[in-house]
Amino acid sequence: MAEPRAAAPLHSQAANGFLRKYVFSTDHKVIGKQYFFLALFSVFVGMILSWLMRIHLAWPKTHIPGLGVLSSAGAPGNVMTPEYYLSLLTLHGTLMIFFVLTTVPQNGLGNFFLPLQIGAREMAFPRLNMLSFWIACASLAVLLSTLFITDGPPISGWTAYPPLSAVGTAAGPGEGLGQTLWILSIAIFCIGSLLGSINFIATTLDLRTSGMDLTRLPLTCWAWFITAVMSLLSFAVLLGACVMLLLDRLGHTTFFVPGGLVLNDYVISPSSAGGSPLLWQHLFWFFGHPEVYIAILPGMGIVSHVLACFSRRPVFGYKSMVLALGVIGFLSFTVWGHHMFVSGMSPYAGLAFSALTMVIAVPSALKTFNWLATIWRGTLRLTTAMLFSIGFVSLFVAGGLTGLFLADPAVDAYLHATYFVVGHFHLVMGAAALFAVFSGTYFWAPKLFGRMLDERLGQIHFWITLGGVYCIFMPMYFMGLEGAPRRYSEFTDRFLVPLAPFNRFMTIAALITGAAQVIFMFNLIWSIFRGRKATENPWEATSLEWSGNLGARPPVVYRGPYEYSVPGEAEDYIMQDFPKVAKS
Amino acid sequence: MAALAVALVLILLTAISAGLFWGHAGWLPVDTSAHGPGVDHELNLTLLITGLLFGAAQLGLAYAVWKYRERGDGRKAAGGRGNGRLEAVWTLAVAALFVGLIFTGYGVWAQMYLSPAPAGALRIDVQGEQFAYSFRYPGPDGRFGPIHADKIDDAGGNPWGLDRDRDADSKDDVVTATLGIPVGRPVELLLRSRDVGHSFDVRELRIQQDMLPGVEIPVHFTATRSGQYEIICTQLCGLGHYRMRAFLRVLPEADFEEWLAEQASAQ
Repeated sequence: MAEPRAAAPLHSQAANGFLRKYVFSTDHKVIGKQYFFLALFSVFVGMILSWLMRIHLAWPKTHIPGLGVLSSAGAPGNVMTPEYYLSLLTLHGTLMIFFVLTTVPQNGLGNFFLPLQIGAREMAFPRLNMLSFWIACASLAVLLSTLFITDGPPISGWTAYPPLSAVGTAAGPGEGLGQTLWILSIAIFCIGSLLGSINFIATTLDLRTSGMDLTRLPLTCWAWFITAVMSLLSFAVLLGACVMLLLDRLGHTTFFVPGGLVLNDYVISPSSAGGSPLLWQHLFWFFGHPEVYIAILPGMGIVSHVLACFSRRPVFGYKSMVLALGVIGFLSFTVWGHHMFVSGMSPYAGLAFSALTMVIAVPSALKTFNWLATIWRGTLRLTTAMLFSIGFVSLFVAGGLTGLFLADPAVDAYLHATYFVVGHFHLVMGAAALFAVFSGTYFWAPKLFGRMLDERLGQIHFWITLGGVYCIFMPMYFMGLEGAPRRYSEFTDRFLVPLAPFNRFMTIAALITGAAQVIFMFNLIWSIFRGRKATENPWEATSLEWSGNLGARPPVVYRGPYEYSVPGEAEDYIMQDFPKVAKS
Repeated sequence: MAALAVALVLILLTAISAGLFWGHAGWLPVDTSAHGPGVDHELNLTLLITGLLFGAAQLGLAYAVWKYRERGDGRKAAGGRGNGRLEAVWTLAVAALFVGLIFTGYGVWAQMYLSPAPAGALRIDVQGEQFAYSFRYPGPDGRFGPIHADKIDDAGGNPWGLDRDRDADSKDDVVTATLGIPVGRPVELLLRSRDVGHSFDVRELRIQQDMLPGVEIPVHFTATRSGQYEIICTQLCGLGHYRMRAFLRVLPEADFEEWLAEQASAQ
């Protein structure tokens, strides 16, 4: 298990040549950065798509210069059509969920820092690691290729409910080749995620250095480990579901297609078909709900780590924080039905899923309490990384609490599929998770790039982004209470017309917040080349990634991960590999 | 400086959010169903509890950031690793609160879905298709005629695929594009779709139910207030999803009978 490894064969074999070193690299640090930049690219594409949608929602008939070049059919005369709105919506959701929220907190930062934090030289399977990354790239390429085919991306959303997604172009433009490519892309992504999760699990279990007991793992490592277990179990199911959906489309099976469907006055499935659209929903959300936690758990780990460091306090209740991660991971596989209260599923099942959903809120509440307790009586250093972690807690509360409405089936029957839900998940798994990633990026830039990110630009970035996300997503709650449905390309219903000013306000907030990310990009690029050179441990942190002990011998761990402000010690932090002095 | 700013911004965000929620009475549309007040009560109760937790967490965060900022006065952070009893108390309190909340909501859910429609409820068939609704009343015989998928012909005015010549039960079925119902009388809708997933959502009724091809999903309710309301589709059904809509007309009993007779004579 956790025995010291004498030699470090992979690390010492310095890769030669540009291709081996930066492109087809097996070095976990390079692969971590590759995932990071893959996600950075995806998040900018996804953000631009959201801009286009938001502009359309605020001013439906407006000309968006250049849109017609991207798709002459989707935007004749540069004005977005309803179906193209849905195409962009599908692509936005898919990019953000899979290629940003699944990719950067786990595969990006995790790949880079898991081995460093446990004192390993490498991930357990470096070649598999490289393969995982390139599979993710292939998946992204297939997904983005849908932008350039005639019918454009599919219009069925990131949940791709059949029969809309199963019956081909009869159901609408984009449901032909676009939908097939989408399913292929997701299936490929599943394979990459499965390989990646095996790697994370093996690395955490087998490559911990001497003394790095499970109780001494930083919470980041616990979060990555539990997330990897969840990925392994959930992406396997999604892969199976994608294969079935693909077979329905290409092989004329009818897993999800019931008999006697009539589209455009034509019967398109025989009465004997006998498939079930609900089956897809069950399989999809069996993946989909753990996926929500796959996106947020690594962020929880990062925030715990950063809050402790900049509060100069041990994480409050380390063991219950680990336990809470585990309980969330386990329960996340038992609550998928809360996405389906009004789907036509048995109303009795709704009761069970509802109760379990309330239970999963408890460990999340405990974590929030412990984050507050961690900064309580600390000495807070308000670096940009710390600010983003504080922002995470604020957003996690603002987004998470509204889950209680949606967990109640009777209330959900009113709020389901409204903007209330959009506000809820954007705040809690979108904005909060990205705040954790920003926090991690400012915190770990010294290790990622050997340079510090600029603090002044960082603070500006933080303030605009914090105010911005509240202005974008909070109004969605009020629109949801009003009953405004999501996935509408235009608000033509009578009761929706008065909401137009809200849409314009949110659009302007989105444009400003998005533009503020250019400050982050500039800061990142400028700092990588010109930033202040980082010292070994600029934040006076305790975990191994800061020990610099990457010589010939692996580090030996003597202490827990968060020995801050230990009573009776001169320094207010003690690193994990600092030997304990025997007291006489 | 930064600590003060964080604290003030958090307080401001909390105040604005709470203020807007406080005025939520103006956000919720008028309630026209017998079970609706139960839903609204549950929603308001949840709003109250989450509002208090939201305020406590945000203000606590604001206070801690301001109070415990590093001031350069040599104050050292406290070194405690946690307090198991405090955690246990908080966790149990939250668990009791959340689980209690869910059980209060079950009563409303049971009323809507776990009990059958009252005897004598008016049964109406509802069909969704890309991108329209169609409604069917059984007529004087009280029975719906069979649906023949191959006879479905929207342009020919037969969205249900009825064969009125051969099926006796179909002869008196009344097919409409508007859902007319009497006020104060229980109604049972049988929801179905003939192509992709749709949804039946009337916010004033506090009812939203997906419509799925291949299954017939019953919902029942009693409307309490006359008027005209929008029925909208909330399940992504294709490019025309945003304009899939029909109207619900809640009429006094006598007006309803008159309206239905008019519809029947127009068949």
